[in-house]
Amino acid sequence: MQQPMEAQDPIRSLHQQHLQQKKRLRHVVFGTQLVILVAFFALWEIAGRLKWIDVLLFSYPSKVFNQIGNDMMDGSIWPHLGATVGETIVGFLLGTLLGTLLAAFIWWWDFAAKVLDPYMVVFNSMPKVALGPLFIVGFGPGFMAIVATTLSITVIITTLTVYQSFRDVDPNYVKVIRVFGGRKRDIFYKVILRASYPAILSTLKVNVGLAWVGVIVGEFLVSKVGLGYLIIYGFQVFNFTLVMSTLVLIAVVATVMYQLVAYLERRLR
Amino acid sequence: MSMVPVVELKEVTQVYVTDREATLAIDRISLTVNPGEFVSLVGPSGCGKTTILSMIAGLLHSTTGEVKVHGTNVQGPSPTVGYMLQQDYLFPWRTIADNVCIGLELTGQLTAQLRDYTLQLLEEMGLSNTAQLYPHQLSGGMRQRVALVRTLATNPDLLLLDEPFSALDYQTKLQLEDLIVETMKQHQKTAILVTHDLSEAIAVSDRVIVLERNPGRVRKEFVIPDGIRQAQPFYAREQEGFNQLFHNVWKELEATERRES
Repeated sequence: MQQPMEAQDPIRSLHQQHLQQKKRLRHVVFGTQLVILVAFFALWEIAGRLKWIDVLLFSYPSKVFNQIGNDMMDGSIWPHLGATVGETIVGFLLGTLLGTLLAAFIWWWDFAAKVLDPYMVVFNSMPKVALGPLFIVGFGPGFMAIVATTLSITVIITTLTVYQSFRDVDPNYVKVIRVFGGRKRDIFYKVILRASYPAILSTLKVNVGLAWVGVIVGEFLVSKVGLGYLIIYGFQVFNFTLVMSTLVLIAVVATVMYQLVAYLERRLR
Repeated sequence: MSMVPVVELKEVTQVYVTDREATLAIDRISLTVNPGEFVSLVGPSGCGKTTILSMIAGLLHSTTGEVKVHGTNVQGPSPTVGYMLQQDYLFPWRTIADNVCIGLELTGQLTAQLRDYTLQLLEEMGLSNTAQLYPHQLSGGMRQRVALVRTLATNPDLLLLDEPFSALDYQTKLQLEDLIVETMKQHQKTAILVTHDLSEAIAVSDRVIVLERNPGRVRKEFVIPDGIRQAQPFYAREQEGFNQLFHNVWKELEATERRES
């Protein structure tokens, strides 16, 4: 049976209307976001130029972007950016990997899970940054100490999250494997690990944010290179334009990295 | 037919131990299932029906007594025993084809030939063109049929059916009952069905065993008359004597509950 044309048109037009409304809302939201951004920078610029705020402390956008432009042109920013991005990537990948391995280990060996439980709780409650001096002493002031700081922040929380996801897998899926005579490794690879992909991918995303904390703090403490170092350096020589320009860079690079991982997550899910 | 029973339980006891207490779940149950038989276990929840299936499947060891399949003591899961759960539990990340082949994969028999045979089984169950789909794209009845194919893929000769129809709507359930009984007959399988549904138990089985709980024991056994047995489950419900039998089984079940209160 075909619907008469008259009956179809109002329905289609309702759908069109709905789509247009959604589109309009999207545009209004984006417009508002843009206005806020422009207003913020404009206000900052005006406030700086008219000396409403202390330029020495807060700088203003045209100086900041000039600084970024110059640093890029003369190439002085790249080693810092490269070092920080490298440390962050190593940090969140390694953090997720080690955290998942540890989760697999305590899933496999329940006795270990029981024994390690209080240690993990204590370690997880600690402000890991406080361990910074130990890492510097242990690994020397450099790349290793920074990565270690990052891992101290990411590994345990990853372990706890992924282990919980392992345990939340419906035991009936495990039963399906067991009735066919599947062994523990079959249960792990074919069910537990596979069912936890979404959880692992989402810890990967969380770890991007945590890795940035670890890397910047690590660089504050030890390094001679990196964006965290630039912030501390700018602070010490009272060059706040440098501090601000570094913060802008971090915001941009961290967002790009997060979006890349989020994209990866959507693809792999 | 060989006279070795497919399943033999001798004075089997199962005690569950928890932090609070140790409870006697099953008390000296003896049970024999012969080749080609379709036996149903009915009883109030907590009478140990699923526990019995788990012991036969080798997922659980009895506390005392003997559990034998094909005359040998059950040590662990065996490829000759298939198990169907209350829900399909198909892996959502696997295609239907990969789901039905999981048993072959786990028992190391995944050859092109057996894979083809399994995919052909899918077609026999009216599931052609679903092989490359994912479980969420199928209806509940179709998914449970996929689960049946998954169980049959490794060619077990004993099937343990743990309320496989309970999550389905009534119409789908009736269709699947017919399909399973027909499949069992066609492939000459032995089956043990656990169910809450008395009319289902009578319609599909050769024998119905009523269990009581606290502790689980065999209360009574009903042999289903030929007329009902030979009819398709859907029509068995219309056979002469069906209603009377239903009432008799019902009374036994009621009696188990009266015994407790």
